[in-house]
Amino acid sequence: MLTDHSIVMHDFDFVLEQMSPNRPFFRNPPAIGALKSFTPARIALGGCGCRPFTRDVLRFRADHAAARDSVMEAVREDFLGRHGLVKVCTQAADKEEYLMRPDKGRRLAEAAVERLRALYGRNEPMLVLVGDGLSAAAVEANLDALLPSLRLSLDQLGHHVPPPVFVQFARVGAMDHVGDILEPEVVIFLIGERPGLQTAESLSAYICFRPRTGTLDADRTVVSNIHRRGLPPLEAGAVVAETADRILRLQASGVRLGMICGQ
Amino acid sequence: MRSHIRIRGRFFSFRSLYEVMAKANEEKSGDRLAGIGAESELERVAAKALLAEMELRTFREYPAVPYESDEVTRLIQDALDEDVYREIRGWSLAQLREYVLSHTTGPEDLRRLSRGLTSEMIAGLAKIMSNMDLMVAASKIHNHARCRTTIGILGTLASRLQPNHPTDDPDGITASIKDGLAYGVGDALIGINPVEDTPNNIRRLMEHVFRVTHEELEVPTQISILAHISTQMEALRAGGTTDLLFQSIAGTEKANRSFGVTSVLLEEARLQLRHRNPRLGPNVFYFETGQGSELSSCAHEGVDQVTLEARCYGFARIFRPFLVNTVVGFIGPEYLYDAKQVLRAGLEDVFMGKLHGLPMGIDVCYTNHMKMDQNDLENLAVLVTAARACYLMGVPMGDDVMLNYQTTSYHDVASLRQLFGLRPLPEFERWLASMGIMHNGALTQSAADPSCFSEWCGEEECRAHGSQHCHA
Repeated sequence: MLTDHSIVMHDFDFVLEQMSPNRPFFRNPPAIGALKSFTPARIALGGCGCRPFTRDVLRFRADHAAARDSVMEAVREDFLGRHGLVKVCTQAADKEEYLMRPDKGRRLAEAAVERLRALYGRNEPMLVLVGDGLSAAAVEANLDALLPSLRLSLDQLGHHVPPPVFVQFARVGAMDHVGDILEPEVVIFLIGERPGLQTAESLSAYICFRPRTGTLDADRTVVSNIHRRGLPPLEAGAVVAETADRILRLQASGVRLGMICGQ
Repeated sequence: MRSHIRIRGRFFSFRSLYEVMAKANEEKSGDRLAGIGAESELERVAAKALLAEMELRTFREYPAVPYESDEVTRLIQDALDEDVYREIRGWSLAQLREYVLSHTTGPEDLRRLSRGLTSEMIAGLAKIMSNMDLMVAASKIHNHARCRTTIGILGTLASRLQPNHPTDDPDGITASIKDGLAYGVGDALIGINPVEDTPNNIRRLMEHVFRVTHEELEVPTQISILAHISTQMEALRAGGTTDLLFQSIAGTEKANRSFGVTSVLLEEARLQLRHRNPRLGPNVFYFETGQGSELSSCAHEGVDQVTLEARCYGFARIFRPFLVNTVVGFIGPEYLYDAKQVLRAGLEDVFMGKLHGLPMGIDVCYTNHMKMDQNDLENLAVLVTAARACYLMGVPMGDDVMLNYQTTSYHDVASLRQLFGLRPLPEFERWLASMGIMHNGALTQSAADPSCFSEWCGEEECRAHGSQHCHA
């Protein structure tokens, strides 16, 4: 064995299927197939005594590991460069402080304020922000498709937006501080959601009319669940653009937008 | 109260009772975020010492939030049993701890004692108890409640089946219900967290879960749809039905208002359900709580999260609920940082809830942005079972596909019953036996097979799969 230098690539899912001959026993296998098709929940697993089989434990652990990693990882610099994102930082010094101090994640650092003032004009009709939030993986997995689709849709609607801003260590409320600084009409904030085990790549778009410090969460419109198996990023670009366009035209977002549209 | 103390050559002074209360807490990131936690380990012990020396009357006379401005305080104070209180008001907290833990203090004594304690006294007591103190004391308390079935029976560990689905799909919900029942899970409740909190959707879910649970499978348990109470009331008005009225509650009037809850609204809901189904109960509420929710809604009034959590239970007991559940690890690391803090909070909550006389359960859980994992969750599940929590959650493999967090699994509930020799609630266990899932308190070879219900639920599944309907 020790002298064998051949390289074998093992696929995780294949390894899981091969590692043990034990399988759950069901009296009515077709019924089980149907039940499983109705839900993404981990049902009908059976087990060894009252504990689950090894493959199911390891699959769960892999999903949790991916979720944990995506919380702590950062979006790569070359990724930001490729999308022409202008990077600024909140007052949170690192991921740890970001998690522990929601207040710091809602305020931009002093350098960030200056950078925004230098690079952006005031009173833009529309501004796009991107934030890692609780999942860097969500940003990297969706932006390649989402950002071009969003810009194209906005262009078609007559909105030519300046280069998007990337806000590191941001909570949703950071868009209010950006609103204070640049006084835009509408802000679109694409931010990584808290990862679940089903996917660590889910992104949300918070869209708000004149976000300023003190804006209520109820005044933001949210398009959530943007990922491959949810709302696909390509489609999401069009949905977000149309929503932002409506918000700008009706001068309202969130609950107020719902009230106007309901009338 | 004495506000200065010298300890090991250091000198600490405290300005108020609730500064002492906050600083006597074990380390919690939420108290730090609020800027009220102890600055050093020695200050923490100094605060505990001052607290332990205080008389119970102090807590009655100085509630955490003033009587005049807070209905939670008024409800707690007004419901106190004055006879019991008079007997114990001169005790110190240290004396109370020693009485509660004493061999000669039994379940009946603790039940009586409970009626004379305010939530602030119970919170103070938890702060001077170690983790094992909390377990030993909690395990001595037995609280019962009855809706369709009875919970809290000695020697049982019940479970809430939580068959959530990311789009509220009825077939998906049914699939998870059958899977849970096949593991003996669901005796406390079958309860869904809905995606969409609208009267129409809630009525639709109520009718679906009622049909599957009570009409098709005839499971002796309770159902509930965990929408906002006002949405449930509208759904009931529109012809929906439920066994338990759900609501998240908090420990201050201000925080309850931010949840859209008042005692008047809860009472109104109770009357409405009684009118709809007079035979249910007498216990028809299902409340959820969790340390940190007051701070997160900016309504903590400068009070620490353990004391506020105790006040949730004080508020809850006014309404004689069937279940109270602390969702201990859901809130995030800014309130409970890691597994150690969640574990402590879980034990505090189970103890404080039980000493309030409540049928106390716990959602042993964590989110993916916390420093906690499945091993930590399993540890805490064992500890709260040792403390004789009335029930735990049950979710397929512990992965909630709608709320995106991890909690205890069907496997975990079965494992804990096996480890501790505990059984499901008796009415439910008889049903499990009649289905061949359980025999003499142990799962059979036929357990863990959700296809065993196929013949009870119509033929649609087999048709959906393109095969003949198959009675196994």
